[in-house]
Amino acid sequence: MKATLHPVWLMAKRELRDQMRDWRILMPLILLTVGFPFLMDAFAYYAVELTNQYGGDLIVDRLVPFSILIIGFFPITISLLGALESFVGEKERGTIEPLLGSPLADWQLYLGKLIVGIASPLVSSFVSIAIYLVVVSRQQLDMPSLEIFAQLFLLTIAHALLMVSAAIVISVQSTSVKAANLLASFIIVPVTMLMMGETALFIRLNNRVLWMAVLAVIIMAGLLVRLGLAHFQREYLLGREIDVLNLRWIGRTFWGYFKGDANSISTWYRDSVSATLRKLRKPVALLVAFMIVGIAVTYFWSLENLPGYLASLDEQEMAKFQDRISNAGGVTETAITAPYLFIHNVQATLAIGFFGMFSFGVLAVILYLINTSMIGGLFGYFKLQGLEILPLFINGILPHGIFEIPALILSCAAVLHVGLILVTPQEQRTIGDVLLEALADWARVYIGVVVPLLALAAVVESYVTPLLLSNALK
Amino acid sequence: MIETHDLSKQFNNDFWAVDGVSLTVQPGQILAILGQNGAGKTTTVRMLTALLIPTRGWARVNGYDIVADGAKVRASIGVLTEQHGLYMRMSGMEYLDFFADLYGLKDSVRATERNRLLEYFGLAESAHRRVGEYSKGMKQKLALARALIHNPPVLLLDEPTSAMDPESARLVRDQIASLKSSQRTIVICTHNLAEAEMLADVVAVIYRGRILVSGTLDELKDAVLGPREYEVRLAREWSQDGFVPPAGVSLVARESDRIRFRVDDPRVANPQLVQELAARQAPVVSLSESPRTLEQVYLKVMADAQAGRSK
Repeated sequence: MKATLHPVWLMAKRELRDQMRDWRILMPLILLTVGFPFLMDAFAYYAVELTNQYGGDLIVDRLVPFSILIIGFFPITISLLGALESFVGEKERGTIEPLLGSPLADWQLYLGKLIVGIASPLVSSFVSIAIYLVVVSRQQLDMPSLEIFAQLFLLTIAHALLMVSAAIVISVQSTSVKAANLLASFIIVPVTMLMMGETALFIRLNNRVLWMAVLAVIIMAGLLVRLGLAHFQREYLLGREIDVLNLRWIGRTFWGYFKGDANSISTWYRDSVSATLRKLRKPVALLVAFMIVGIAVTYFWSLENLPGYLASLDEQEMAKFQDRISNAGGVTETAITAPYLFIHNVQATLAIGFFGMFSFGVLAVILYLINTSMIGGLFGYFKLQGLEILPLFINGILPHGIFEIPALILSCAAVLHVGLILVTPQEQRTIGDVLLEALADWARVYIGVVVPLLALAAVVESYVTPLLLSNALK
Repeated sequence: MIETHDLSKQFNNDFWAVDGVSLTVQPGQILAILGQNGAGKTTTVRMLTALLIPTRGWARVNGYDIVADGAKVRASIGVLTEQHGLYMRMSGMEYLDFFADLYGLKDSVRATERNRLLEYFGLAESAHRRVGEYSKGMKQKLALARALIHNPPVLLLDEPTSAMDPESARLVRDQIASLKSSQRTIVICTHNLAEAEMLADVVAVIYRGRILVSGTLDELKDAVLGPREYEVRLAREWSQDGFVPPAGVSLVARESDRIRFRVDDPRVANPQLVQELAARQAPVVSLSESPRTLEQVYLKVMADAQAGRSK
């Protein structure tokens, strides 16, 4: 173990030494590490002054975690430049070939670069945060709890891991430093959006939700590292010379995968779609298991916690809650038009697809769990209301659920499949080729199965379910 | 030892950078690969270094398969790349130490080898200076020292003396020649035909990914330029009426003070030729072989290849 990790250490040590000798990296990093905490402190001071005028204690309480999140984030963005040029920069300078010609294994080379890419910004981030805490401790601000500190600590590590590993993936795939830097927006924009979401969670929501967010970000970061390792090939660094987006090739390759060997719709369903469905067996099984567990957990949770919550609501809040319940479950006697239901469900499954694509399926699974677990919550609520669950299920959910739930499971499984394929090593294949095949699989399932199922579900939910439900409730 | 069979590499599913290269280089031999820019020399070397995976064919380096035993192949090879590939912020000593560590040299061996190479290439005094401050020639020498630091049985050298002054180039050539005598297998890619002629035992000319000709220098000269030519220099004008060259000798050119012959077997034909000239009282000053260079071979091969392509 020590012997196999020794080359990783050698690589990391060389990279670190190189960084420490480059004033163009050091200067901004030092200035940001030392200077930014004071800036944030000044911001906090004026924010406190302002919010105190309006009795905004609650916001001020949450200001320190927000500042820590931001302070931890900035040094990482500077180090991103180093990570972005880690491989492609060496390629441009011609130093990569002697390195690749050494007996280092691919993973040792990759890990050596990754460790330095992550370690130096993290050290900088934590030093910066420490300076800020010392400065801010002199003011009349509430310090976050240990739990919040733990969350911030993990989130900062996850952000560094997420950004640096994404930067290294870009660095490996790019053919010039300029191209890699231009692609940096594909890291900074999503991570900034992610941080906006996290900030909203810090300010508005409880710690349990935050822990889920922390877990999701850490899983995504881990998957991104795995993606980089899975698709790191020496040949890729030397063999590619062209840096263009070949739309014709993309279109042709995607269509080739989407169509398969089929020459008619029937053979497409028989051969291509069924082949993709077979690939989805494991993700489907996993998602069904998640759904069962999610429904059970929310059912028992609502039986335990809902009575107390409902008792605390006034009349107006209760009406609002009931309104939300009926909307969430779709359990309503009022007929909603089939096109509306269809478009709504298509939007929902596409949103799952969209978020899932950017998160290796992690966000898709979370959205799926939220949707499916709601059924358990509803059952719990109905039970508390003294209603029989089985007739409600048979008449209110089952008729359209037979189509809608498999559609939801399949759309989510297809996205999860894209993520799984991306993080699986594919010998002799480029990441672009692998991605196009996975996207074509997703499109096959979505167009060939999910959309027809959602259309059927919408018709049934619009015309059959309301009748059955009203009969059952009489 | 290096063996390749039908070694081929295709890029982007349409362009064959190397197409069907079959070669054998024995220990103690130097192979020079000659060719234009983009002919496939670097791609061949990269496949032999297990950096690129062949699309077709196979190769074994030091007994290891380049696909199955990539790490062992790389450990057996010292590579001097087209670009020297040095880290400018490291000192020469740090740079060699770094690569010695990567190749797993023990501390004591590392220091000895590093100091020996720095001394040999005249870099000992600059060992603590940053590589960025080195001259072009010094950088090239340091890169060569890196290729030799782990004492590899196989050396792949791309333009080993480019950017060097004549003195340093001589030093490097001497080093390569001494490595050959220590039974190493050496491949040189070069545009310097004189250098290739000086060092190589076997030469291969590559054009658009294919080996056009390969063999020892004599084999190539005979195959490409035909039988050897000899020139008889005469002291004065000599009437050549009635002079008939002996069997195996054909007349190529005749001037007033010189005659050029093409000879199939010089050991048999040349003594007869001298006798015949003496018998006819030709005022012979000298009989010498017309020089045939690798450059002539290369240019002839390339001209034929280009002519064949244009047809």
